[in-house]
Amino acid sequence: MPLLQISGLTHFFGGLRAVHGFDLKLEEGELVGLIGPNGAGKTTIFNLVCGVYKPTQGEILFNGTNLVGCRPHQVTARGIGRTFQNIRLWDQLTVLDNVRIARHSKLRYGVADSVLRTKRCQREEEDIERRAMELLDIFGVASHAQELSKNLSYGEQRRVEMARALAVEPRLLLLDEPAAGMNPGEIDQLLELVPFLRKQFSLTVWIIEHQMQVIMGICERIQVIDFGEPIAAGTPIEIQANPRVIEAYLGKEVA
Amino acid sequence: MRRHSLPLIVVGLFVLTIGGSWLGILDAYVQLVLFYVGINIILTVSLNLVNGYMGEFSCGHAGFMAVGAYVSGILTVWLFAEDSVFGLPILPIGWAIPLFPIILIIGSIAAALVGLLIAIPSFRTRGDYLAIISLAVNYIVVSAITNMEVIGGSRGFVGMKRVMNAMGDVFDAPWLLIWTFVGIIATILIIHNFVSSTLGKGVEAIREDEIAAEIMGVNTRRTKVMTFMLSCGLAGLAGGMFAHWPGGYINPLMFFILRSTEVMVMVYLGGMGSISGSIISAILFTVLLEWLRPLGVFKWVVIPLLFIVMMLYRPQGIMGSSELTDVLPRLQTLLRADKEVKDNAPASD
Repeated sequence: MPLLQISGLTHFFGGLRAVHGFDLKLEEGELVGLIGPNGAGKTTIFNLVCGVYKPTQGEILFNGTNLVGCRPHQVTARGIGRTFQNIRLWDQLTVLDNVRIARHSKLRYGVADSVLRTKRCQREEEDIERRAMELLDIFGVASHAQELSKNLSYGEQRRVEMARALAVEPRLLLLDEPAAGMNPGEIDQLLELVPFLRKQFSLTVWIIEHQMQVIMGICERIQVIDFGEPIAAGTPIEIQANPRVIEAYLGKEVA
Repeated sequence: MRRHSLPLIVVGLFVLTIGGSWLGILDAYVQLVLFYVGINIILTVSLNLVNGYMGEFSCGHAGFMAVGAYVSGILTVWLFAEDSVFGLPILPIGWAIPLFPIILIIGSIAAALVGLLIAIPSFRTRGDYLAIISLAVNYIVVSAITNMEVIGGSRGFVGMKRVMNAMGDVFDAPWLLIWTFVGIIATILIIHNFVSSTLGKGVEAIREDEIAAEIMGVNTRRTKVMTFMLSCGLAGLAGGMFAHWPGGYINPLMFFILRSTEVMVMVYLGGMGSISGSIISAILFTVLLEWLRPLGVFKWVVIPLLFIVMMLYRPQGIMGSSELTDVLPRLQTLLRADKEVKDNAPASD
């Protein structure tokens, strides 16, 4: 059984067809890329999977259960973590709190435990803090744990966001343009980091990216969409040679 | 030695205020001001949870206070006093002393349930809905009480004073002040514990970016409803205490928009998302009101002027969003001493 199976996914924003007939099968442990020109509907597909929008049509099966109609926090609780194209950390909270909050879907204590600070709550909080610090350590931002996340550099914020996405204990990690705004050095780090994370946390990774260096360097399989419709799929080499992809990116040659 | 400093401060304050009242060192007027300060601290800290930490805008806090006040007041009179509507007392007066806190808790549960009724429709979408609905609820509660002749309507509800006096006869102690003191400490602990737990941090995540919070696993709808209920429940607690004030009566107008506005002013004066700010501003505001009493009506010229000056030069309020412990690091070592002794953590960081 594939980990994620999307079939016939279609979504309209009013009269605008943002996604049309999108299919995907993600096997456990794969690292798959999704590319397409600006406005092709890539982020919309991520948002549909996460439950931010309810698809007009189509089915999203994650680990055998249908995600259509689930609210985002329910989707997350089932094991999907993601990062955002434009960083969406909680600016006024500390880096540590940003990661702690992502444990919400795994919390076992309730409001009563929280206001009375029961033993159960304390034990769990210690556990949460320890795990959060471990994650921050992996991403090299543990020394900034008590700083407000808005005070970190851009690259550091990107790493905190990944730590936060991993704090939900995902089986599937969605990365929305992780290399956007990074300098070549940071991109090289990212190229090592993503495969490492996949192995370390036994993840399946689905990645949207514009930087060809990233997508060609780490993805095993790539899908290309344009105007909401899939136009090609295959290995990086195949995609690079595909005339429809070249056309979508560079435009048609005038004869 | 240092690990007991915080409880020591609390016990010290308790002895100072309650002991002072008991021995008659603090006269009735000072006791009344202390009582007002206490009520205002509870109201301000609890409203700060919604308006400061959650970033929503509730402006009908006095409505929930009214629910708590009337429910506890009626319970007290029904159980322990002879009344034209409720008849003879049901329980002997001696029971009033142990049951008093339970009556207060029932009042706050009632207020929390009214909060639930409002939270469900108003938190489905974000925006100004809560402001409008909470304002409307304040009106509804006040006019509903005004039109209930059974509980005195606009003339107000009386009878709590007899029970309070009788409690004093059974065992002479400033009962109301004692429970107000306990109420303040409980409120501060509850809110502090809540907002520092991972569960309560979700509230701040909602303020910062609600969609990101939802996507990262925070059940935003449930969190908002819970938080609002907690805040309303504590307002009900303040109301329940207020119903037993030495004046001996409550009427609907005490819980009208002006009251809600006062609480809001205290929240913004103290700083959004700061518990210590709320406490400081509640004390300052209450004392200022009393201190300017000789000015009569003119105090409502002086106080708003002070606020305008404040908003111009320190728009974030007294404390902004930081706590006293952030501003005075020494205080932090004082309060954290407990933890440090246990963990034996290095002092420098």
